[in-house]
Amino acid sequence: MSLLDVTNLSLSIHRAHILRDVTFSVAAGEIVAVTGESGSGKSLTAMAVMRLLPDLARLSGSVHLDGAELTDRTEPQMCAIRGRDIGMVFQEPMTALNPVKSIGDQVAETILIHKAMPRDKALERAREVLDRVGLPEDRFPLSRFPHELSGGQRQRVVIAMAIALRPKLLIADEPTTALDVTTQAQILDLLKSLVADYGMGLLMITHDLAVVADMADRIVVMRHGEVVETGATKQLLADMKHPYTRMLFEASGHTVTLPDAPAETPLLQVQNVVRDYRLPRTRLLAPPEHFRAVDNVSFTLNRGERLGLVGESGCGKSTLTRAILGLEQVQGGQILLDGKPVFSGHHADRAVRRKMQVVFQDPFGSFNPRHRVDRLVTEPFHLLDDPPRGQARRDAIAEALTAVGLKPDDARKYIHEFSGGQRQRIAIARALIIRPDLILFDEAVSALDVSVRAQILDLLADLCRSYDLTWLFISHDLSVVRTITDRVLVMKSGEIVEQGETESVFTNPQHPYTKSLIAAAPVLPDLGQLKRSLDHA
Amino acid sequence: MLRYALKRLLSLILSLAVASLVIFFVIEVAPGDPASFMLGINAQPDTVAALRAELGLDVSKTQRYLNWVGGMLTGDFGTSYTYRTSITEMIGQRLWVSLPLALYALTLSTLIAFPAGIYAAARRGKPGDMAVMGATQLGIAVPNFWFAMMLVLIFAINLRWFGAGGFVGWDKGLWAGLHSLTLPAISLALPQGAILARVMRSSLLDILGEDFMRTARAKGLSRRQALWRHGVRNALIPVLTIMGLQFSFLLAGAIIIEQVFFLPGLGRLVFQAISSRDLIVVESVVMLLVFAVILVNFLVDLAYAAVDPRLRART
Amino acid sequence: MNRNLILGAFLSSIFVLAALVSFVWTPFDYTALNIPAKLQTPNSTHWLGTDHFGRDMFSMIMVGARTSIAVALVAVGIGIALGVPLGLTAAARSGTLLDEVIMRGNDLVFAFPALVIAILITAVFGAGAVNAIIAIGIFNIPVFARITRGGALSLWEREFILAARVAGKSSARISAEHILPNVTNLLIVQGTIQFSLGILAEAGLSYVGLGAQPPTPSWGRMLADAQTMVSIAPHLALVPGLAIVLTVLGLNLMGDGLRDVLDPRLRVART
Repeated sequence: MSLLDVTNLSLSIHRAHILRDVTFSVAAGEIVAVTGESGSGKSLTAMAVMRLLPDLARLSGSVHLDGAELTDRTEPQMCAIRGRDIGMVFQEPMTALNPVKSIGDQVAETILIHKAMPRDKALERAREVLDRVGLPEDRFPLSRFPHELSGGQRQRVVIAMAIALRPKLLIADEPTTALDVTTQAQILDLLKSLVADYGMGLLMITHDLAVVADMADRIVVMRHGEVVETGATKQLLADMKHPYTRMLFEASGHTVTLPDAPAETPLLQVQNVVRDYRLPRTRLLAPPEHFRAVDNVSFTLNRGERLGLVGESGCGKSTLTRAILGLEQVQGGQILLDGKPVFSGHHADRAVRRKMQVVFQDPFGSFNPRHRVDRLVTEPFHLLDDPPRGQARRDAIAEALTAVGLKPDDARKYIHEFSGGQRQRIAIARALIIRPDLILFDEAVSALDVSVRAQILDLLADLCRSYDLTWLFISHDLSVVRTITDRVLVMKSGEIVEQGETESVFTNPQHPYTKSLIAAAPVLPDLGQLKRSLDHA
Repeated sequence: MLRYALKRLLSLILSLAVASLVIFFVIEVAPGDPASFMLGINAQPDTVAALRAELGLDVSKTQRYLNWVGGMLTGDFGTSYTYRTSITEMIGQRLWVSLPLALYALTLSTLIAFPAGIYAAARRGKPGDMAVMGATQLGIAVPNFWFAMMLVLIFAINLRWFGAGGFVGWDKGLWAGLHSLTLPAISLALPQGAILARVMRSSLLDILGEDFMRTARAKGLSRRQALWRHGVRNALIPVLTIMGLQFSFLLAGAIIIEQVFFLPGLGRLVFQAISSRDLIVVESVVMLLVFAVILVNFLVDLAYAAVDPRLRART
Repeated sequence: MNRNLILGAFLSSIFVLAALVSFVWTPFDYTALNIPAKLQTPNSTHWLGTDHFGRDMFSMIMVGARTSIAVALVAVGIGIALGVPLGLTAAARSGTLLDEVIMRGNDLVFAFPALVIAILITAVFGAGAVNAIIAIGIFNIPVFARITRGGALSLWEREFILAARVAGKSSARISAEHILPNVTNLLIVQGTIQFSLGILAEAGLSYVGLGAQPPTPSWGRMLADAQTMVSIAPHLALVPGLAIVLTVLGLNLMGDGLRDVLDPRLRVART
């Protein structure tokens, strides 16, 4: 018998079936990953084990922890189990902590609420666990407040709270999704070492197959509330039985082939660009201080070339994007598009601006919910001196929608009638409609599920052939940048630390930061190698 | 923390300066010369001129503004046109009615609102919540002066538990004083308490949806424990804002309630001063009330910092 | 459909209807004195009784609704007409001196005791419905400015606004085309609330004699007249009081209901 046995667990909320006959188990000292795309029910599976469900949820089946049935426990009995026998770590470290209580109090609360020890002992234990998760006393005294910590540090506090009473089972719901790759690698290492030290079972919920392959002893693949396949990690990956698992794996490591870039003629020239932000005054009369978000950045993007820009959050890549788009004025250097400055005087130059467009990350926030698709995609026409009208306008809309794989009829619909992937297609149609010379993709596939992401990447490769596109692809996701660009820039703290041919930067990084970035990024295993190693064993 | 306080203090002084200019300007454009109004239509021009000199109306506007502000800073609000007595003294007497009344009403409304708001939030969507929400909906809709009339009808005229109006004065003892302020305080507290209860509830419900409440539940806290330990303190910030606004309303907005109960408070003083064109009194009392509002907002800002460590750190 | 919205709309429409009908018909002439019929309690002739001059209470309530609604509605109009552009401008220029000036100006208006200023305005410029409207309207301006700015600020962070900026649209055009339609829901809800507050304020002002002047009936003055006779004829105070309570209650319920129906988060959850 395992530590956690979930058998035929079904869940419905408001008569909607969320989970159907979910069955899996976690043994002590074992890491089990539940994976799947959004809507697969993986997070609700975790919440169902914890019994932290909406009031109207109906649960059936059984959950055994250490041989004891949990589904028939009363709420007060569940309260006694949560935090003591099962600890939980969540996705969003920035909001998972109470902003008005010190980290010491919050960690000690786990202990005090279960009356496990008196207050002074509880604070001592809180100190010990914080040390254990990598927050030493000299820099992180118990009196620290959450807002004084970074995202990765906050996630460590959340982990400390979850393990303070040495629970038998730890549930981690997308624990690193909101973190940068280097931080992600550290948190994953911490979780692994905790499992090894304490002999806990770890139930990890994640959408990232590369993380799963790297971490988990066993995998549970879910889709639409059902388990489609489960097994030991290596065996399952080496011999994927269910087509959905295979699709998921293929989509996660999806690669596309881009046409060759034409001869070098510069299109976008960024020369010694500096972007400063004024910080809020710390003293009333002192001169205002500045934060240099972009520091002396120079690069050239040639016509027909696909350039990538990678870096972690806060490295200045979004600021640089805005400066290129002419949304913000730079404090030094200049940005030329086709030889003309993007910014002249204090305003962006319309004639230059109409040569570039942008696709943003959030498929839900990128459109005015009150306008129809035809109005949404034609917004860039505002940049033209003589925008097409009547039939010409309708033709342009139909062509753009068709180019991105939608139907001309979709023009009359509102944006809420489309899925996330379709919305991103509409965003691309909006960028294409004035036939710009340059398109900026700002984390354009980061919010999408892997299968949708693979489709959008295919679409981009197709468009590349039919439209001769030049793009700057900004992303934190190294595997995507690797396949969708010819050349790549690596940015850190406002500076470009390395640039070169994408493939050579990835296989032979020069700068230590690039090296650490590539080392930290989880990669999917090579299936051939995996099979060979299994055959040997 | 000190820097935060200093910054708020600076903004307080700036607001006061602008407010004094606005008040002075509004009163100055008011038609009608107080001296001729006081002496009537048939007054001789030289009598009017003499009175103008006596009232300090014969100097330039800039000079008058400076005199007024300078006087207030030294605690001298000037002399009433109509009563010819020191305004500082008049305000002093009235403040002894208005201030206790405002505090009394605020205490009552807080005592109603906090438990009601927390109770309703904890039972969201259940009958208890709906009952509280229904009652507060009614409480907001009732005009306080009408509610006061109904209270007088029931408790003063029919049951004779309270006097129908007037204030006995604090020299009759604390209990007698509070007793005569009870009906006015209740009528002021009802709508304010209803609003505050709704703010408390919605603010708590916002907090209940936060991620850290889920974290607290995952630690093993029951719904109730999570609400009290993590919810209430975070929910206090919007509640404090409303309480600050309400205190100033209770101090100045009691004007109609003072009218209903014939209470000699600040509101009634302003009302009488306006009807008798005693503009220097109006000017000074309005300034005092604005000062009270701005001061209370300042204190609320400091209270935020006490509740929220993020503000303590920010400068 | 939302229960609050239906009940609220029902209550409010009764009084709006009464106000409209009063232009063409009232059971009695509301100015006609009839001393012999004074102080009657509600009966089959005078449905809501008569006052101390023998005037028909039902007719007075109908015409009073007209006064209340007109004053409150125009005051809300003033607040929206001036407050919304101010709020949109402040949000579009957020962080600049202009934003700071607009918002500090707002705070300053909030710092003035509203009722005292209203009384001051009506006293200085004369009592009457028009001055009551101005007095109430002034305090609606910062309310709408603040709520518009708040809603607009979060919209300015959204990517669809960035997309519009990339399309070269000016901030004035973006405010009109993208921001305003997306804060309308907020404005409708706040408008209903300010409408109900306006009715309460108008009642208060006319109670102290600074609202609409006789012979125009108003609910507040009916209450003031009733005060001395409340022990012998309680219906004189009950009838106009309940009229105010029910109207304000109706509007508030409607505001709550509208908030639930129009809240985009709830709507997304439903589709």
